[in-house]
Amino acid sequence: MSDTHALTVTFVRDTMLPPAPPPVGERGAVKWMRENLFSTPLNIALTVVGLLAVYALVTAALPWWLNSVWNAGSLSECRQIVAASAGEGATGACWAMIRERWHQFLFGFYPPSQYWRPVLALGLLAAALAPVLFAGQKRNLTIVLGSVAVYLLVTLYLAATPAGAFALSIAVILGMIGLAQVQPGRLLWFTLLYPALCFWLLWGGSIWSPVVVMAGFALLYGVFRLASPVIGLAPGAAAGILVAVLWWLYLDIPTARALQQALPFGLQSVNSDQFGGFLLAIVIGVTGITFSLPIGILLALGRQSDMLIVKTLSVGFIEFIRGVPLITLLFTASLLLQYFLPPGTTFDIILRVIILVTFFAAAYLAEVIRGGLAALPRGQYEAADALGLDYWRAQRLIILPQALKVSIPAIVSTFIGLFKDTTLVAFVGLMDPLKGVTQIVRADINWKGIYWEPYIFVGAIFFIICFGMSRYSMYLEQKLKTDHR
Amino acid sequence: MADAAKMQITDEVAIQITGMNKWYGQFHVLRDINMTVNRGERIVICGPSGSGKSTLIRCINRLEEHQQGQIIVDGTELTNDLKNIDKVRSEVGMVFQHFNLFPHLTILENCTLAPIWVRKVPKKEAEETAMHFLRKVKIPEQAHKYPGQLSGGQQQRVAIARSLCMKPRIMLFDEPTSALDPEMIKEVLDTMIQLAEEGMTMLCVTHEMGFAQAVANRVIFMDQGQIVEQNEPREFFNNPQSDRTKLFLSQILGH
Repeated sequence: MSDTHALTVTFVRDTMLPPAPPPVGERGAVKWMRENLFSTPLNIALTVVGLLAVYALVTAALPWWLNSVWNAGSLSECRQIVAASAGEGATGACWAMIRERWHQFLFGFYPPSQYWRPVLALGLLAAALAPVLFAGQKRNLTIVLGSVAVYLLVTLYLAATPAGAFALSIAVILGMIGLAQVQPGRLLWFTLLYPALCFWLLWGGSIWSPVVVMAGFALLYGVFRLASPVIGLAPGAAAGILVAVLWWLYLDIPTARALQQALPFGLQSVNSDQFGGFLLAIVIGVTGITFSLPIGILLALGRQSDMLIVKTLSVGFIEFIRGVPLITLLFTASLLLQYFLPPGTTFDIILRVIILVTFFAAAYLAEVIRGGLAALPRGQYEAADALGLDYWRAQRLIILPQALKVSIPAIVSTFIGLFKDTTLVAFVGLMDPLKGVTQIVRADINWKGIYWEPYIFVGAIFFIICFGMSRYSMYLEQKLKTDHR
Repeated sequence: MADAAKMQITDEVAIQITGMNKWYGQFHVLRDINMTVNRGERIVICGPSGSGKSTLIRCINRLEEHQQGQIIVDGTELTNDLKNIDKVRSEVGMVFQHFNLFPHLTILENCTLAPIWVRKVPKKEAEETAMHFLRKVKIPEQAHKYPGQLSGGQQQRVAIARSLCMKPRIMLFDEPTSALDPEMIKEVLDTMIQLAEEGMTMLCVTHEMGFAQAVANRVIFMDQGQIVEQNEPREFFNNPQSDRTKLFLSQILGH
């Protein structure tokens, strides 16, 4: 009875109580454990079972990890080393296999003297993606491009790159870092040129073939710009496409050949069947991701279109592709497509696989994006219409930015799925990292019987890449969040 | 009270609707609508819900299609010709019940988007115009916020500014205050009154009878898809002719 009087009814507080810390059971780790681990008898039982399970797993797996062997020439040598160091009957991982064969996991049968080419292509891929992924953010752009520069310096040196190529690559990336400080928007030109550059770096051959193919696009754009003011947008685009297709069909190869004779310059050619491992997975995955998004958007818009033919074609395409397993499509790519093409045409197997993987992902994306479109209130369409925006502008400026934002998690899921599905190309004889390369390694008499290690190694790399995509999508969602709910 | 002297009504016809009919499937929403709006007129359209008043003004910028009759806006007839539709839409501003601001763009970007892409105004000039109108609706300080950070009344004023940035010759208001709290209604109505005083041709679907009495030069009462009665506001409120109007007015003014 300090400040109240027992017998009076009226009460006035004259001293304020200072805040006191909560009792021990209500704070910190104790509280957390009480609430989360031991709140009910069932919870206590589950906690105990869980701890036992963790204990069992750790005791089973830990020695295997701890006894890892990195230096050995074969699996039996690995086992001898483990037995010698940890006693008879002990288990141990044999990472020596990875040490000896890592290049096959990364490059397949790509000629070792040319490893600098995929290595350079990967670095430049990051440089080409950066302006898209971090549009207008000077700081992030500089960080990414700077990391690419460091990566290229190290890896190109390790891969024994010819001096000219080394110097040129470093000069390009330093130039991009400089440009990022002044006009980051201009970096997108590099992104546009990158596909041709990458193709040439990876497959080699004359430099003129990709240049001449890109000239077709330049021609398309030129005709469109010249013709559209005279004959209108759609006919202008049609004329541009027509001219470009004629160029590719009839003039492309002769022009490239003539240029190559006049100014021979090129890299050693590498055949598609020499591609393998993560080189193959990334080539298929990145190309598929890049092209499936625009195709998916067009299909989603097509499905919502008022035009009967466009709508029917979109629905038919989406439903057919989604209704068929990817492996069926891959078999189609590897076997059936040859029957439909004129005899004698060689249509690269990787290219065929890329096309079908892209279609497959595009069909899924179309449905994902349709969900995003459906989530938009009708008022957004009406407001865009009421301001006099035409269909394409309304889609590009109002509808798609919002619909795509809503669909980011699902879009990235589809991308991750696509990337992991690239391992299915093993079924059409391509050397994917998971089955293709592992099978080759395990067929070697030295490594026969090795089981966990290659899968863990490949799985870890897949995880790093997929986890990276997932984190980027979360960053993007956060960045685009404007609703302040 | 608005300054009547400033509110000049001219003889120039802004909107001409003749014999217009519209159906939703089997349902006959708009029946034989005939009306002429002169430049500078401020018309309030009222009526019970489902009477077709929103549909009527949405036909004027072709958010809804009519099946029969003729609508001529600023000398352009609304047909299926997309060019004509876009032309009319860029001349006719519209303000919606639920604001319909673009949530992924800032207030300023909301206001400059259409001038830049439809009118091809240079970005800098568009931003100056936008700031001018944002000052006019009294929220220039919010220009760099996103719509989600603004109150309903502020959002609706931005929506009005966004329409004004296209320098429209006619403004349509589709129940602009129905989704707002009472104290926010006033700030939006003040903006609309100010607009009326500057001589804007306005068609306004609203239940704000005070607003109708203050600025409208004509009130149109609709029921079951038809124009039941139209008159200048004083006569309309004090001396309604049809029984349907009397009933409506007694319900809406009764409390």
